[in-house]
Amino acid sequence: MKAESSEKALLQGLAQSDKKAIETIYKENFNMIQSLILNNSGSADDAKDIFQETMIVLYERVRSGTFELNCLIKTYVYSVSRRLWLKRLQQMNRYTPSLDGLHETVPVEEEIEEHERMNSEFEMMNKAIGSLGEPCKSLLEAYYLEKKNMQEIARSFGYTNADNAKNQKYKCLMRLKKIFFAQYKNGNGNG
Amino acid sequence: MDDIKLLDAVERYIRGEMTPDERLHFEQLRKTNADVDQLVVEHTLFLQQMNRFSEWKKFKTDLQEVHAELAEQGEINSDRPRGRAKVVYLWRKYKRVTAIAASIAGITTIGFTALVWSVAPKAPTSELEMLKRKVDIQEIKSKQLQTDLNHVKDKVNTPVSAPTPAPIEFKSGGTGFLIDAKGLMITNAHIVKNSRNIRVVNARGQQFNAFVVRLDVPRDVAVIKIDDDQFKPPISLPYSIRKSSTDIAEPVFTLGYPRDEIVYGEGYLSARTGFNGDTLSCQISIAANPGNSGGPIFDHNGDVIGILTSKETETEGVVFAVQSKYIYRVLDDLKKSPLYKNMKLPAKSTLNGLEKTQQVKKIQDFVFMVKGD
Repeated sequence: MKAESSEKALLQGLAQSDKKAIETIYKENFNMIQSLILNNSGSADDAKDIFQETMIVLYERVRSGTFELNCLIKTYVYSVSRRLWLKRLQQMNRYTPSLDGLHETVPVEEEIEEHERMNSEFEMMNKAIGSLGEPCKSLLEAYYLEKKNMQEIARSFGYTNADNAKNQKYKCLMRLKKIFFAQYKNGNGNG
Repeated sequence: MDDIKLLDAVERYIRGEMTPDERLHFEQLRKTNADVDQLVVEHTLFLQQMNRFSEWKKFKTDLQEVHAELAEQGEINSDRPRGRAKVVYLWRKYKRVTAIAASIAGITTIGFTALVWSVAPKAPTSELEMLKRKVDIQEIKSKQLQTDLNHVKDKVNTPVSAPTPAPIEFKSGGTGFLIDAKGLMITNAHIVKNSRNIRVVNARGQQFNAFVVRLDVPRDVAVIKIDDDQFKPPISLPYSIRKSSTDIAEPVFTLGYPRDEIVYGEGYLSARTGFNGDTLSCQISIAANPGNSGGPIFDHNGDVIGILTSKETETEGVVFAVQSKYIYRVLDDLKKSPLYKNMKLPAKSTLNGLEKTQQVKKIQDFVFMVKGD
């Protein structure tokens, strides 16, 4: 019972991006995944990539609010990592029909599909912001990602007043939205 | 400027930063103005996406930080495994590459070796094999038995008994063929050059003593003469010796004694010169074995075009023969001595147009096994 409740607490912590919770889950699972990857023709970097992607899948799940974990976090993490690594191997045309590993797994296909869809959206946004160039990129990041207010932004970016900054931000935002929605429709149209 | 204000308002509305009055007013505007409503919907979606993106980015950064911290604290296995683990890790990482590299290296090495091997000139001595035969003890014994039998027969036939010759151990064997009706034979010099006693055996197993008349070691031609009372000279020879050179691809055949019985072999002329461009000889593609040396090479008319001498050791079916015109050279030299001044060579082949089996039937009595001690 105690273990179960502590797992729940961990997931709740993860949903709020509590660093302590992230650390605990990381600590308890990373070595297992690293040995899985290393034993199946991957490198330490691959292991880090796959494990962090797995963490993101888990994070997305708990953030969605509808997530209920019916197994241990360990089992879930292992299943997701294993599936992700298999996919990666397939992409590299190095398909190994079965991954060595003795841990039990749970089906995670849907989660991974959802994760991939979101991942591609985020990558799209990342690309859109990256293609804006300076100062738009920093300006928008400061406002929308770091959630700074306009006075702060005006100061740090050297605008004479907040209205000037707002003006500039508006132009940048229009450009970003144009790129984003063009890609968004494209992406949705394709997929 | 209005657009900026509008967007500002939309953002504040979405974030719930408006005062209740403002909010009421804005909702009224949304209901009456479709454009504003559209903007709100669109911007909500955009901001949602931005927020999730922001969280995603932040979470990624968090993960990197956590990873770095935990690795530093030694709570997780660090990126660079040390010692043996590193070797194992490197091996695992690169074993595929290593395997491929090793195979490529292997194939290259083999290929290169093969290339060098095929291109590199070889020592001529190791490549040519003289086709004289080592006569083994068993054969000597059987021949001895036959000789004894012959002598017994002789004794029965002739009351005056001839002294039985001491047994001779023959070490080398080959083939020879008659070139005139009086018992002159051609064979290879390498068969008989070191022999004191020479004996020739015909296809029926009859043995006759012979001696060397002329040795031409550079041309590898020897002329021997049968000197035996029991030898009944034939009236004429069925074949002649061809003076003109032979064309490439002409079908040829040979008769010889690679074993104790006469053996027929068939082939074609493959080159006008012999080993390493030797103009004395020509190259023939034919199956030949030790014992075939000294054997005549016939063209399809039954004319002698050469004397089989050697084969290439590395390649099967590459056989060299002394060209027939050098037989004439040797015989011309021989004619200078008064003893052989009147030697008559067969003028014309009588085998022309005959079937091969008939040709061979007629030729085989004139091809002998030559043995020397």
